[in-house]
Amino acid sequence: MKDYLVLRVIAKMMIAFMLLFAFYVQFHGDFGPGGGFQAGVIAAAAIVFYAIIYGLPAARAVVPDRLVETMIALGVLLYAGVGVAGLLLGGNYLDYFVLHANPVEGQHRGIFWVEAGVLITVAGVMLKIFYMFAAKADNTEDGA
Amino acid sequence: MISQHFPILQVVLPLIAAPVIILLRNGRAAWLLATTVSWVSLIIALALLEQVSAGGVISYAIGSWPPPWGIEYRIDQVNAFLLVLVSLIAAVVSVYSRASVDAELPREQHYLFYAMFALCLAGLLGIAATGDAFNLFVFLEISSLSSYVLIALGRDRRALMAAYQYLVMGTIGATFYIIGVGLLYLMTGTLNMADMAHRLSGVAEVKPVLAALAFITVGICLKLALFPLHLWLPNAYAYAPSAVTAFLAATATKVSVYVLLRFYFSVFGASAIFLALPMGQILLVLSLAAMFIASTVAIFQSDIKRMFAYSSVAQIGYITLGISFDSATGLTAGIVHLFNHALTKGALFMLLGCFALRLGRVSFSDIGGIARVMPVTAFGIVLGGLSLIGVPGTVGFVSKWYLVLAALESGQWWIALAIVLSSLLAVVYVWRFVEVAYFHQPDAKLAKLKEARLEMLVPAWLMIAACIYFGLDAELTVSGAAQAAATLLQGVR
Repeated sequence: MKDYLVLRVIAKMMIAFMLLFAFYVQFHGDFGPGGGFQAGVIAAAAIVFYAIIYGLPAARAVVPDRLVETMIALGVLLYAGVGVAGLLLGGNYLDYFVLHANPVEGQHRGIFWVEAGVLITVAGVMLKIFYMFAAKADNTEDGA
Repeated sequence: MISQHFPILQVVLPLIAAPVIILLRNGRAAWLLATTVSWVSLIIALALLEQVSAGGVISYAIGSWPPPWGIEYRIDQVNAFLLVLVSLIAAVVSVYSRASVDAELPREQHYLFYAMFALCLAGLLGIAATGDAFNLFVFLEISSLSSYVLIALGRDRRALMAAYQYLVMGTIGATFYIIGVGLLYLMTGTLNMADMAHRLSGVAEVKPVLAALAFITVGICLKLALFPLHLWLPNAYAYAPSAVTAFLAATATKVSVYVLLRFYFSVFGASAIFLALPMGQILLVLSLAAMFIASTVAIFQSDIKRMFAYSSVAQIGYITLGISFDSATGLTAGIVHLFNHALTKGALFMLLGCFALRLGRVSFSDIGGIARVMPVTAFGIVLGGLSLIGVPGTVGFVSKWYLVLAALESGQWWIALAIVLSSLLAVVYVWRFVEVAYFHQPDAKLAKLKEARLEMLVPAWLMIAACIYFGLDAELTVSGAAQAAATLLQGVR
């Protein structure tokens, strides 16, 4: 669809807003519906949109496979790492109370990083699945 | 003090190792990390067993939210015993896996293999450590999903189909389990198992509770491959990579047996299960069917891995037979066989992996006379086979001795007879291996083979040695199992 001028221009404008909306859903998760999972899907959808309009190679250049795999691992590590941080600060595992002098503030801080981990991993897994299916479709087209 | 965090470190260390392995992207480093984590897990498990024996039940509140509101990790005699078993097998298999995985998997998949191995270990340890019914489901899924991937990595293309079959059956099992837990949550308003048990006493005959019991029983029995629900197991074990078969055969079904024990004895209470309902009789019939039918099917297999896989189904029958007696001796027999069978089958599948290293696959038609070219491996399989039969001096004998004792104690002498008779079927399939391996002439292709790599033989023989050692001196295993049984029987009655 690289040849459609309207689509390309609109896509370029839309993608920035999609990513912004992903972050809105992420950070507004404390007060309304949303959170890391939804935000991760929306962020991944922005990249998928880019791949549909500009082609898979272009998307792979922006978010390479290696980065996707790193994201999957990094998010989980961040989540588990917050737990370990609680452990190191003298609490139990996943204890957010000790992350800040004020326990309520500590819970906020813990959830913030955990949700960041969820965002990263979910976006990574979504893209990984998309890349794998898209690569398969490419192969069959070549074979036909 | 770091030792107070052992219950969570037991699970979290392998869980953290998995993403780190993905980030490393290097097969060697991945192996090193997975092995280190497995051995550290073993040390932690032994320390936990020590703590439990000395100071009783350990309760650990995740996130410092006190139970029953937060997730509680609860370590008692039963799961401490199981944690030691799972991490012991993982530690031995991880050492063995390097050479085996090098031979069986393409290089670029090595680090993914070890990541999945670490995740599977984390899942299995998590199931054992947690005291929360929903958290158990999460770990059940972690261990199941990673084991589907591990099985699919087998180089035989049928491995994909086997993994898919297991995925369908395993998902049904997990779904049934979670439906059961949902019903229990509906009735009690809690997910903490100890709290659930407390609130269930008195309402055990209510319909939703009975439905929950039925769902959980069927769901878990699918995962532990109790006789008519075992159909996923033979293919999964036969086509998975050798190291995976050894690891899963020795741990995955055993952990599921633990879940069944936990729900029967600690949550629902033994009296609700065995006195008010005919669960004992149902388990008894299915166990006997497993012992005879699966052993008979094993005799007619042409693939040796499949043969031992069917033998696993039969051996699980012995474990559930022990549970069905609802007595201290029966439960001890079941738990001790859980440990003993894990050692035996782990060793056997590791040794079959040694054949697979040299031959590619291990069917009876390929291994005629192999004992002359790979004598150490073949003799190890014979010793493991003797343990499956239950020859005195091996762990198999100890298990069957206690099973027969339990049968006689309950006054059902015909069950004792059935145990001995079904052991004769094991003689047949083990003899089949002996005959082909020892009394045939190796053909020209086979004669050129060498003995397997030492780094595979040593761990495998370590397990065989353990089979003999715990067969001669059963004090440690039987007293551990007896304490675990006593702990279980203390549950709400």
